[in-house]
Amino acid sequence: MMGNNVFRTLLGAGAILAGLGAAPLAAQTGSGAVPLGDAARGAGLWEQECAACHEMGRGAENGIGPHLNRIFSRRAAGLDDFVYSGSITRMGRDGLRWTYRTLDAYIENPYALVSGTRMSYAGLPDAQDRADLLGYIRQFSDMPEDIPEAEPTARRVEIDLPPEVLAIRGDREWGEYLASECLTCHQRDGAAMGIPSITHWPEDRFVAAMHAYKEGLRPHSVMQNVARRLDNEEIAALAAYFATIDD
Amino acid sequence: MELKRRTILGSMAAGAAILSAPAVLGQTRPRVVVIGGGSGGATAARYIARDSQGAIDVTLVEPTRMYYTCYFSNLYIGGFWELADMGHSYGTLAARHGINVVHDWAVGVDRDAQTVTLAGGDTLPYDRLVISPGIDFREDSVPGWSVAAQNRMPHAYKAGSQSELLKAQMENMREGGTYCMVAPPNPYRCPPGPYERISMVAHVLSERNPTAKILIVDPKENFSKQGLFEDGWARHYPGMIERVGPDFGADNVSVDPEAMTVSIDGVIEQVDVCNVIPGQKAGRIAELAGITDDSGWAPAVPANMKSRMDDKVYILGDAAAQGDMPKSGFSANSQAKVAANSIRHELTDARLFPARYANTCWSLIGTDDGVKVGASYEATEEKIASVEGFISQVGEDADLRRQTYEESIGWYNGIVADMFS
Repeated sequence: MMGNNVFRTLLGAGAILAGLGAAPLAAQTGSGAVPLGDAARGAGLWEQECAACHEMGRGAENGIGPHLNRIFSRRAAGLDDFVYSGSITRMGRDGLRWTYRTLDAYIENPYALVSGTRMSYAGLPDAQDRADLLGYIRQFSDMPEDIPEAEPTARRVEIDLPPEVLAIRGDREWGEYLASECLTCHQRDGAAMGIPSITHWPEDRFVAAMHAYKEGLRPHSVMQNVARRLDNEEIAALAAYFATIDD
Repeated sequence: MELKRRTILGSMAAGAAILSAPAVLGQTRPRVVVIGGGSGGATAARYIARDSQGAIDVTLVEPTRMYYTCYFSNLYIGGFWELADMGHSYGTLAARHGINVVHDWAVGVDRDAQTVTLAGGDTLPYDRLVISPGIDFREDSVPGWSVAAQNRMPHAYKAGSQSELLKAQMENMREGGTYCMVAPPNPYRCPPGPYERISMVAHVLSERNPTAKILIVDPKENFSKQGLFEDGWARHYPGMIERVGPDFGADNVSVDPEAMTVSIDGVIEQVDVCNVIPGQKAGRIAELAGITDDSGWAPAVPANMKSRMDDKVYILGDAAAQGDMPKSGFSANSQAKVAANSIRHELTDARLFPARYANTCWSLIGTDDGVKVGASYEATEEKIASVEGFISQVGEDADLRRQTYEESIGWYNGIVADMFS
């Protein structure tokens, strides 16, 4: 019985993926095709919604999230040098490709498409917003190197930290012990549902985020409370542990 | 929801395969016995076994094969969650971490011989013992009520069949009837729990039985998150909930389970459902082990959660008298990690780190209306002392309240993974 159910579920998922993969570069709606939206407006949405974790453009690097150059038509979990969640890796292997349709669905509600995704993002409910945002992102898939102004999209600076704070090498074993407090809420495997994923972040980004909570520059009462009693070494230790945590 | 389903399926499969891991490294390994497979015990067993990588022989003694978390059982009563969502088995702890999971009752502890006796007759020797038994009820707490009356007047303060019974009684209550809660005196498990339960009962009754009344008979002057709950009750369930405090005799309460009456300072109230949450004490095995004091709780050393009576015995969670931390699953989980580090340091060459404690308690007041309270704690000589806290505010917007509720579900998935995966 169980085998049967699993088989049926897989078949169902395969059918959905095949359907999504076949969609053209335009959103299909009940009233027909909608063209890509206003890229200029999308640039603002990118800054607001995406730029804290993702980069695009010449020299773009992986950060908390993967870089999104040439995301259109890329296989899901398709970069070799980024650590993805197990869920999205499996879906990429099973055939999920990023098209207008699949990106639109993913941005609308990430957890509905990829339940175990490490992307901590609640979703963008407005269809026009998504069309505009994807219009902007699409430019970096067509010819990222050829776009004259395509320096890497700005990395959001949350907090200016002195170089000596950023230079601290975290004590990973101390970090593992400290991390046990975090793991009461944040999933070790990086699944982000209701509580964000904090695994496999670049250490400097993790350190910046924790100092931003500590200084009250990031809002969240629990996290501010957690961060306020961590010193510089402890934050570095946590960053070192979570950057290399195994599932 | 997907996450939980996968966890449950996975642990079922593992449970069928193996429940008792063989000792592969011989008899020289130090032995840890953990009594109680809840938020304290399961976490401690998992962290000791996982982090010692086989260097410590860990046995977990827990009578039930399926553990139902007490947290979120109110959401089951309110119809937001299924009981099955809160059930967890021990298969992964055995199969993945090599913990000997023994489904039996611990009925005695000989601290001189360093052994635990099980109801089935076995004797387990230990080098370190962790006792995390949760709560038992004080028989004399509410005159007229005893555990024998728990089917007439359920406590539903240990999750499972009691939760099912209370939910059924509430849903089948006569139209316009009275649901009564006799709230517990301090200290007790889950300080906001009774009031979250009232919120969930009111949520169901306001839809199914809108002329019903809810009566809280409360021996305490005030209670956890009181302002937040009272604000929420006025917004979601106006006129439905009445609370009688000690100023009107609620500290002098008795019940008659046969007649379904509650006597408040001599005034008899006829009620239709009566949820008696009695006064509480440490789970009985702590008393049998001789580590409780006159308060009924087991005093703990703040720096490492050792019993103050015996430095080879640790006491975790609700049963511990430790100071300022509330009796919650989050607290027990936090304390377990401190104890696990101390035990690994004493039995192997693991580094010892200073104790750090934290707690957050989320409560649901109505649909998508979540609130939270929490704090960080430090060990002083005298007690575990609160350092700094936070609490949701009255008047927060609906988005923030919904996020807080979603966060509580994220926490639930996080803590059960931290205990059972």
